[in-house]
Amino acid sequence: MSRRLLGLALVFPALAVIASLFILPLIMSAVGAFQVEGAFGWGNFIKTFDLYTKDILFTVVIIVLSTVLIGIASIAIGGYLTLGEHPVAVAILRWLYRWPMFIPFIVVGQILRTFLAKNGMMNNTFVSLGLMTPLDAQSFLDWRGIVIAFVWKQTPFVALLVAGAMASINRDTIEAARNLGASKLRVLLEIVVPQVAVTLTVGLILSFVTMMSVLSVPLMINAQSPTMLTADIAFRVNSYGDYGVANALGLISLVLASSVAWIYLRISLKERA
Amino acid sequence: MTGPRNPLAALWWVPRGIIFGLMAFFIFGPLFNMLLWTVAEKWYFPYSFPLEYGFSSWAKVFAPRGGAVESLVNSLIVALLTVVVSLALAIPAGYALARLKLPLRSVILLAFLIPQAFPNLTVYVNIARIFYEIGLNGTIPGVVLVHVSHGLVYAVWIATAAFSAIDVELEQAARNIGAGPLRTFRDVTLPLAAPGLMASAIFVFLESLDEFTGSYFVGAPDVNMLPLLLYTAGAGGNYQIASITALLLLVPSLVFMLMVERFLKADVLSRVGH
Repeated sequence: MSRRLLGLALVFPALAVIASLFILPLIMSAVGAFQVEGAFGWGNFIKTFDLYTKDILFTVVIIVLSTVLIGIASIAIGGYLTLGEHPVAVAILRWLYRWPMFIPFIVVGQILRTFLAKNGMMNNTFVSLGLMTPLDAQSFLDWRGIVIAFVWKQTPFVALLVAGAMASINRDTIEAARNLGASKLRVLLEIVVPQVAVTLTVGLILSFVTMMSVLSVPLMINAQSPTMLTADIAFRVNSYGDYGVANALGLISLVLASSVAWIYLRISLKERA
Repeated sequence: MTGPRNPLAALWWVPRGIIFGLMAFFIFGPLFNMLLWTVAEKWYFPYSFPLEYGFSSWAKVFAPRGGAVESLVNSLIVALLTVVVSLALAIPAGYALARLKLPLRSVILLAFLIPQAFPNLTVYVNIARIFYEIGLNGTIPGVVLVHVSHGLVYAVWIATAAFSAIDVELEQAARNIGAGPLRTFRDVTLPLAAPGLMASAIFVFLESLDEFTGSYFVGAPDVNMLPLLLYTAGAGGNYQIASITALLLLVPSLVFMLMVERFLKADVLSRVGH
C-alpha cells in the first residue's frame, strides 16, 4: 500500500464521522427548509417571515451589538496588556480577565440570571452602596441580559487572541511613535490595532458564529418574546414538531453566519490583491 | 514612572482601582452569588444575603431520587466514551496528517472545523430525526456520537500538532535498529506524543461535559445529564439545585484548564492548525 493510500485510510474514519454526523444533517436541514408536506415550495419561509421577522431582527441586533462590545473590550484589554507601563497593574489585569473563558454557557446563563434579576446581587450591591434606591431597581433579564451574558463569556477568548497578536508586534514602531509624542490611545488605535486586525476579525467571527448557536442563554435569561432564533427553533420542534419552519429558521441563521464569513473573505482577499 | 521620583504616579491607582474593582465585581459577583445559592436555606426579597445557611440542598441533590447522581454518572460515562472514541479516530488521523503525504491536507484539517464554524442547532435537530429512525435517539451511544462530532476538531488538531512536534530522527533511529513501523509507533512515537494527546483528551472531555444543545435534542428526556438537570432545575425556579449543578460543572472546567498548560507545551501549541 502506498503512503498516500495509507494516509487516506487513517484519516477516513474521522472524516466519515464529520460527513455523516454534521454535513449530512446540514444538507438535510437546507433541503427540509424548502419542503412543505413532501413537495418543494416557499411555504416554510412565508410562515417564518410572518411569525418571526421581529425575532430575526432581534437576533441580528443583539449579536451585532455584542460583537461590537466584545471587540471594543478586547482591544482595551489587549491594549492595556501591551502598552500598560505599570507591571503590577498589567499583572492584575492579566490574571483577572480570563476567568469567564472556560465557564460553560449553561452555567453563564444560570449565574447571570440570579445576578441580574430585579432583586439580584447587582442591584442589591448598588442599593446598599447608596448608588440607587430599591424603587429604581429593574430587572436586566431581557435583551440586555443576553448581551451582558455574551460579552461576559466571549470577551476573554477574543482578548486572549488579540493580546497574543499584539505581543508579537515589532515594538520599535510603538517606541518610535511614543518618542515622537503620540498618546497611548493614538498608538493603540493607529499603530497596534491595524496590525492585529486579522486576528481580531477571526476572533470576532468565531464569536459571532458561537453566539448564533447558543440555545441555553436565551432560554434561561430571556424567555419572553421577542427572543433569539435558537429559542424559536427549539420551540418549533418541541411544541409543534414543525421541522419545516425550524429548518427555515436554521437556514436563515446559517445565511447570517456565512455572510459575516464572506465579508471577512472579501476583506482579506482585497488586502492580498 | 513609579517610586519617589514621581509622587503623582501613585494617583493612577485611583482610576485603576475603580476599573479593576468594577471588573472584579462583574466577573466574580455572579460566581459568588452562585456559591451563596448552593448553601442558602432561606433567601428572599428584599434581603441581600441568605437568611439561613446550610447544606440541606446538597443532601437533596445527592439523595437517591435527587437525580444528580444519575446525571453525574451519565455525564461522566458520556464524556469518557467521547474521549475514547475521539482519540481512537484522532490518533491515526493526526499521525497521517503530521507524517504522511496527504492530498488536500489543509482542506482535510479545515473539514474538522466545520462543526464549530456553522450554527449547529439545526444540525442537532436533524441528527435527532435520523437517530430517531435508527433507534439511537435517547441512548448514550447517540449522545456520545453527537459529542464526538463536535469535539473532533480539538482531538485531531492537537493530535496533529503533537505528532508534528516529535523529531522524525527519533523514529528513524528506531527503524534503523530493526523496529517495525508498528513497534516504532507504539514504543517511540506514542509515548513522546502522550502529553499533547492528554491535552486533547482534556479539551474533548470538557467539551462533552459542558455540551447542552446536542444533549437536549438527542439525549433528553431519556438520558439525564448535568447540563439538562441544571436547565430543568433553573426553569423550575429551584436555584439551590441549579447552583449546585452549576458548581459541579464549573469545578472540572477550572481545574482542567489550570492543568492543561502543563500538558500543552509551546512547541505543540505553536503547531496547532498548521
